[in-house]
Amino acid sequence: MSNTKAKDSKSSFGAKVLHGNLLYTLISIAVGFIVGAILLQAAGISAGEAYGKLITGTLGKPKFIVWSIVYASPIILTGLSVAFSFQTGVFNIGAEGQYVVGTLAACIVGVFVKVPAVIHVPLCLIAAALAGGLWSMVVAVLKVKRGINEVLSFIMFNWIAYYLSNYIVNIPAVHKEGNGEATKDILDSAKMLVTSESLQDVLGSGASYNIFVAVLAAIVIAFILNRTTLGYKLKAVGFNRHAAEYGGISANKEIMTAMSISGALAGMGGACQLMGMGMRISQFSSQEGFGFQGITVALIGSTNPIGCIFAGLFYGAMKYGGTKLSLVNAPSEIVDIIMGTIIFFIAISHVFKRLLLSHTGKKAKSEGGTK
Amino acid sequence: MFVRNLGLLINATMTYTPPLLLAALGSCFSERSGVVNIGIEGMMTIGAFVGAAMALTCGNPWIAFLVGGLAGALFGLLHAIACVSFQADQTISGTAINFLAPGLAVFLCKAIYDGSSDTPAVDISMKLPKVFNDIFPVGSFWNNVLSNYSVAYLSLVLVAVIWFVFYKTKFGMRLRAVGEAPEACDTLGINVYKIRYICVILSGFLAGLGGAYITLATVSQFRPIVIVGQGFMAIAAVIFGKFKPQGALLACLLFGFCNGVKVLATSSNTVSPNLISMIPYIVTILALVLFVGTARVPAANGKPFQKAK
Repeated sequence: MSNTKAKDSKSSFGAKVLHGNLLYTLISIAVGFIVGAILLQAAGISAGEAYGKLITGTLGKPKFIVWSIVYASPIILTGLSVAFSFQTGVFNIGAEGQYVVGTLAACIVGVFVKVPAVIHVPLCLIAAALAGGLWSMVVAVLKVKRGINEVLSFIMFNWIAYYLSNYIVNIPAVHKEGNGEATKDILDSAKMLVTSESLQDVLGSGASYNIFVAVLAAIVIAFILNRTTLGYKLKAVGFNRHAAEYGGISANKEIMTAMSISGALAGMGGACQLMGMGMRISQFSSQEGFGFQGITVALIGSTNPIGCIFAGLFYGAMKYGGTKLSLVNAPSEIVDIIMGTIIFFIAISHVFKRLLLSHTGKKAKSEGGTK
Repeated sequence: MFVRNLGLLINATMTYTPPLLLAALGSCFSERSGVVNIGIEGMMTIGAFVGAAMALTCGNPWIAFLVGGLAGALFGLLHAIACVSFQADQTISGTAINFLAPGLAVFLCKAIYDGSSDTPAVDISMKLPKVFNDIFPVGSFWNNVLSNYSVAYLSLVLVAVIWFVFYKTKFGMRLRAVGEAPEACDTLGINVYKIRYICVILSGFLAGLGGAYITLATVSQFRPIVIVGQGFMAIAAVIFGKFKPQGALLACLLFGFCNGVKVLATSSNTVSPNLISMIPYIVTILALVLFVGTARVPAANGKPFQKAK
């Protein structure tokens, strides 16, 4: 009886919305902005003005929209990396380090290899993916062969990557000439920039096509997860390792594959940032946070690859908009607070889901009774 | 010369270990009771800011230190509400706190100190005191060894206290049991929720103390990057130390020692400081591969518990 009722209600659109994640994500986003507004007002800053700046600063001109998208691309990729790892039962807190070695590989290939752009750009991307993938695979091997907790080794590898990057930046052959603690700029052939002048007039000189890499990667990952045997195996291991092994899947092998792919995605995120925005690697004074922002993107996107595109665009816009908040004397940290609040409410959203569902369930029952 | 350097090295180790150790002890409480707390990083950051701000306001380092701990505890409470009462995914909630708490710290800093993301420097009179400072002549081996911030000794004592609590008291036995088999504990009438609440709040408190130590002793100023990564290192230390307070102590001493080596080596040597900085992390991985092996994670760690109705 109750089973048929559940089936009936699932078919209707309203029930679909209530059962899915999107509604609760949107509610969480709304709560995030409300909490942010309260804090801004409490600090004596007009929330209307700050949010107005956030909107006009990201959507006000085509140039701004393009910048938001350029900001989003690397975070979509690190988000995908984390989302993919979640789907396969591993927590990739190491996307930060994989991202860094990705930028390093892309930078070295981008500075020293002299080939036409058609080859150079893909070559840099492949180098970054390989570097990120290998970086993560070492952790996977440690986990599978020696039983070492991956969260621990990921954290260590993040820091090793961080100092490795600072070391390489300071090698004389790589270091830029003149002042500034950074590498040489990558060659023009390795830059993912829109070169057509008529397009630049509309989109701004910083326009990059790195978003296409991110979107393509998301589609490929969605395809792998949902339509291939590999994806099935990976998800099976993520869902229940022992059951998967009982079904003849080698869990260790799949975990290594999953972690390598996850690392490769984060590495490509690094390449997209370098080739679309940075053009050089500066010496770090603290972790850049792309990996940790990826965790947020994965969570807002409900660990769904396509969801990560939208979550990443949202985060990219917030990040870019945040840089403009100083114009209205609002601290850009409000973006972190809003993001944190959103994730916090996503974390507890299943409670609201249960409440709403039981409420509508009761309503449906009483309606059924009157009929 | 060697003896003097050894003294300096011990001193440096004892300078860098306490914040990690305090946070790691906190992490022990949380993880052993079955709640993954990845928000330690954020809790340290808010503790660091509130500690510094409090010292600048009231001038008493000990009050500032405690209030820094309480600020961490507040976020511990938030984490507990999400993870224990609402059975949220603990990693997600922790990630949220790692955005919320540092964001709030810098936000408040800018709001209070005229838009600056750094607090003014904490005057030496408002800093946590050093003890055993004047017993031996300045520059001698024993002066270097013993002249540490009082909190360094306090954190060592705390390890012993927490070891005692974990293994010799009823509460400790219950908290370990709750992290292994909450359902069984529940049937025996143990209040799983209450124990987890206490442990997670304590973990926030200790992490906050760790953060406050940094701004009240070593760095004497809050900056947005003052914590960066130390919370995660504390979590790593706990896994390294197999989720035991005494194990965490050894791991933190190792990290602190490597950090000491790094600081001394970079000040005197020609080797790239960046390569030296990698040592602690590589040593950790090597130590795990060669000696330590698998850490057994508490069985119920990360799994939300819902009381049967």
